Amino acid sequence: MSAIDIRGVSKRFGTTPVLHELDLTVAAGEFLVLVGPSGCGKSTLLRMIAGLEEVSAGEIRIGGRRVNELPPKARDIAMVFQSYALYPHMSVADNMAYSLRLRRTLPAEIARAVGAAAGKLGLEALLTRKPKALSGGQRQRVAMGRAIVRKPGAFLFDEPLSNLDARLREHMRAEIKKLHRELGATSIYVTHDQIEAMTLADRIVALNGGRVQQVGSPLDLYDRPANLFVAGFIGSPAMNMFQAHLERDGGTPMLTHAAFRIPLPRDLALPDGAALTVGIRPEHIVLGAGPIRGTVDLIEPTGLGTIVHLTLGGTAIKAFSLERHPLSIGGDVQLDLPLARLHLFDDAGVRVGD
Amino acid sequence: MRRRPLYWAVHYCLLSLYVLFALFPLYWLLKVALTPNELLYSEGIRLWPSRASLEHFRFVLTHSDFPLFFRNSLIVSTSTAVLATLVSSACGYGLSRFTFRGKSALVALMLITQMFPLVMLVAPMFRLLTPLGLTNSLTGLVIVYTAFNAPFATFLMQSFFDAIPRELEEAAMIDGATRFGAFRRIILPLTLPGIAATSGFVFTAAWSELLFALMLNSSARASTFPVGLLSFVSKFSVDFGQMMAAGVLALIPACLFFLLIQRYLVRGLTAGAVKG
Amino acid sequence: MGADPHQGETEPEVTALGRRLASGAEPYLYTAPVLLLIVAIMLVPLGVGLSYAFRDLQLLDPFAGAFIGLDHFRELIADDIFRDALRNTAVWTCASVSLQFVLGLGLALLLNREFPGRRLVQALVFLPWAVPTFLVGLDWQWLFNPVVGPLPHWLFALHITHDANNLLSDPNLALIGPIVAAVWWGIPFFAITCLAALQSIPKDLYEAAAIDGAGLLEQFRSITLPLLAPTIAISILLRTIWVANFADLIIVMTNGGPADATQTVASYIFTVAFRRLDFGYASAVATALLLLLFVYAIAILLLRRAFLRRQA
Repeated sequence: MSAIDIRGVSKRFGTTPVLHELDLTVAAGEFLVLVGPSGCGKSTLLRMIAGLEEVSAGEIRIGGRRVNELPPKARDIAMVFQSYALYPHMSVADNMAYSLRLRRTLPAEIARAVGAAAGKLGLEALLTRKPKALSGGQRQRVAMGRAIVRKPGAFLFDEPLSNLDARLREHMRAEIKKLHRELGATSIYVTHDQIEAMTLADRIVALNGGRVQQVGSPLDLYDRPANLFVAGFIGSPAMNMFQAHLERDGGTPMLTHAAFRIPLPRDLALPDGAALTVGIRPEHIVLGAGPIRGTVDLIEPTGLGTIVHLTLGGTAIKAFSLERHPLSIGGDVQLDLPLARLHLFDDAGVRVGD
Repeated sequence: MRRRPLYWAVHYCLLSLYVLFALFPLYWLLKVALTPNELLYSEGIRLWPSRASLEHFRFVLTHSDFPLFFRNSLIVSTSTAVLATLVSSACGYGLSRFTFRGKSALVALMLITQMFPLVMLVAPMFRLLTPLGLTNSLTGLVIVYTAFNAPFATFLMQSFFDAIPRELEEAAMIDGATRFGAFRRIILPLTLPGIAATSGFVFTAAWSELLFALMLNSSARASTFPVGLLSFVSKFSVDFGQMMAAGVLALIPACLFFLLIQRYLVRGLTAGAVKG
Repeated sequence: MGADPHQGETEPEVTALGRRLASGAEPYLYTAPVLLLIVAIMLVPLGVGLSYAFRDLQLLDPFAGAFIGLDHFRELIADDIFRDALRNTAVWTCASVSLQFVLGLGLALLLNREFPGRRLVQALVFLPWAVPTFLVGLDWQWLFNPVVGPLPHWLFALHITHDANNLLSDPNLALIGPIVAAVWWGIPFFAITCLAALQSIPKDLYEAAAIDGAGLLEQFRSITLPLLAPTIAISILLRTIWVANFADLIIVMTNGGPADATQTVASYIFTVAFRRLDFGYASAVATALLLLLFVYAIAILLLRRAFLRRQA
C-alpha cells in the first residue's frame, strides 16, 4: 500500500487554468474522496495521479517516488472508469487477466488471482461471458475485479457508480466499502454525489473551481463546513441560507433578519452592521414550537420523515422532521433555530465563530 | 497522455511521406500542363519547366470543344448527384427505419450490383436505350449514373439515418405530422452532413466516369469531359500537354468538391457504426 | 404512421383501411425508386448480357447473332490468354488490395490523433480519390515513361532497377505499374473507412490498457485490431470484388500488354469486346468472372459464419 503526495500541483489546459497549486497527502490505506460539482477539477486531478494527464506544475509522489514523468503502467496504480472501459471482445476472465498476462505472470498464478478476485466480487458464474452480456452492476464489479487482481499500490475510482440506477448504487456503495475494509488499499475516489462521499470516505476533499475548499472527515465537513460552498454542497436536503447582518445591542451581538433576532456569543469579533450569511440544516430546524413564525408552502412526505417548504421573512427554506406534524399548506407554524446549530459565514463566505 | 518527442518525429515523418506520395503525381500533372510543347520531351524529367507557359490552357479553353464537354460534365454530374441523393435518401431511410418482407433480398440485390463488371452492360444497355432515345443524351447518362451509384449512396445514407434516434420522428408524428412530413422537415435537415457526403461522392464518381459516356454517346454535343480528354489522343496525335491541361482544369471541380465533403464522409461512416 | 390522438370521432371504414394499407406499403414506397432503377438499368441489361455468352455476336458481322450454346465456354477453357489473365487477376487483386489496406490503415492510425494542421493534411492525402481513374492511369503512365517521367531514373539511381527503362514495356514487371497506380488511388478509401472505425473505439479502452501495462504496440494488437476486425473484413471483401472488376487502369496504362502480359480477366473482357468487337465471347468471359467472384463471396461468408460460430 502506498501513500500519495500531491505538492503544489497545478494544471492548465492551454491557457485555461483548471487546478491551482493543490497540496494533499493521502495516507497509506486511506479512502479519500474527491468531491465537487462538475468542472471543479476532481477528475483532472485523478487522471494526473494516474498518468493520463500531464502535470503543468508541481509534483506527485506515489509511495515516496516522484511519478510526474512515469507512464501509467509504471506507477503501480489501478483505475476503475466511469464507463467501466471493459474490453468488449474479451471474456470477463480475460478482462481481469489482461494486466497479469502482460506481465508474463504464470498461467497458474493468473488463474488463481482471477479466481480469488472473482470470488470476492461474486463473479464466478460470469467468468466466460462477454461484457455485452452483463448488466450494469455486473460490469461495474468486473471493472473492480480487473483493478483488484493487480494488487496495486493505490486504487483510483472515477465516478464509478454514476451510470447505475439508485438502488444499485446503494448496493455497490456498500460493496466498495466492504472491499476497502478487506483489502485495506489506498483509494482515491472521485464523485459529485455527496452521499457517496459521506458514506465511503475516511477523509473528504471538497473541491471547487480547482481549489481545495476543505479537507476533513465526513462528519467534520458536515458539522463544521469551512465555507459557504462546503456548507451548501454537503448534506441533503441542502443547508438553508439566510442573508442577515450583525447588530450590536449593548455589548451583545445580535443576528438580525427580517424574521428573527438571535443573540450571539459575546466573544464574536465582528463589527456592527457586518453582513452575514446564516446557515442551518433542514434537519436541525425545530418545528412546532419556538419564537419564530413561518408560512408553510409545500409538504413532501418521504416516509422516513417530512420535508416542509416554508417561507420565513421572505426567504424560502426547507425543514426536515422525523415526526409528522399537523400542518396545512398556507398555514403558519412556529419554529426554532437553535444557536448551537447555526453556521455563520462572513461576506467572503468564510466560516466565523464555531 | 504524454507522448515522447520521438513519437511525434516519426509521426510527422510518416505523414509527410504520405502527403508527398499523394501530391506528387498531381504536381506532375500540373507540371506537364505548364510545359510548352517544344520543351515537353527534351525537358521531360525536370521537376519544373525552364519556361512555364499557359499556352496549353489557353488552347484548351479557346480552340477545343473542351468548354462544351466541361459544361456537359457539370450538368450530368450535378444532376446525378441530386437525383441519386434523393432516391438513395428515400431508400436509405426505408432500410433504416422499417423491417419488411423482401428487405434482405433488396440488400442482397444491391450488394450483387456492386459485384459485376460493368463492361458487360455496355452492349445490352446500348440496345435497350437507343429505341428510348436515351443514347447521345445527357438525360440518358444521368439515369444510368444514378442507377450505378444508388446502391453505395443508399448504404451511406442508411448509416447516417441509423445515427438519428427514432424518437424524433415519433415525437413529430405524435405532434400531428405524417411520417413523410417528419422525414422531410425534421430528419432530413439533421442529416445535412450525410447529404453533403453522399452528393459529393456521387458527383465525383459521375464526373470521372468514362466507359459509358464513351459508349452511349457518339456526338460531341453530348460528350462529357472524360470523353473529350480521350479525343485529344486521336485529334492531335496524343497531345499530352493539352491533355494534361484539360485534365488539370477538369480536376479542379472534382477536387474542390471532394475536399469540402471528405470530412463528412468520415463522420458519416463513424456515425452509422460500420458493422460487419 | 401513428394514430392521431386528437381525433375523437371514429373514421369511416374505408379511410381506416386505406390508411392501414398505406402504412403497410410505406417501406416499399421509400425503396421503390432505387429498386426500379437497379432492375431496369442494371439487372435487365445484365440478364441480356449474360445471354450474349451463348450467342455468336460480332459487331461487324450483321448476320451474326445465332445461338451457339456453350461454344464460347469451350473456347474459353482452351484460351491461353484467359488462363494467364486468371493468374494476373490474382496477383493484381491481392497486391492492390493488401497494399491499399496496409497503407490505408497506417494512414488512418496517423490521422487518428489530434495534431495541428490535421484537417489540412487529411484533405490532402485523400485527394487522389477525387481524380478520375483514367487520368490516374495516364498520369502514372507518364511517370513511368523514362522520356517524360522521373520514376525510371530515380529507381535506377536508387539501385532498385538495373536500368532506366520503362517498367511498363517489360512483360515481367509491367503489372507493377497499374498496381502502384491502383494503390495510389485506393489508399483514401481504406483510410477513410478505417479512420471512421478507429474513431468509434472509445478512448478509455486505451487508457485502461495503458494502466494495465500495455505499450503502444500491445494496445494496437489487443484493442485496435480486434475491434477493427469486422470493418476490415467487410471492406476487404467488397474491395477485392471491386478491384477484380476494375479494368480502367490496366487498359489505359498497358492496354493489357505488352503482348497480353498484363491482361486480367476484367481487362480481357474489355479488349475482346472493344478491340476484337466480339461481344459474344466477351460476355462469356464476363460470365466466368462473375461466377468466380460469386464463389469467392460465398466462400468468405461461409468462412465468416464458421469463425463466428467457433467464437461463441
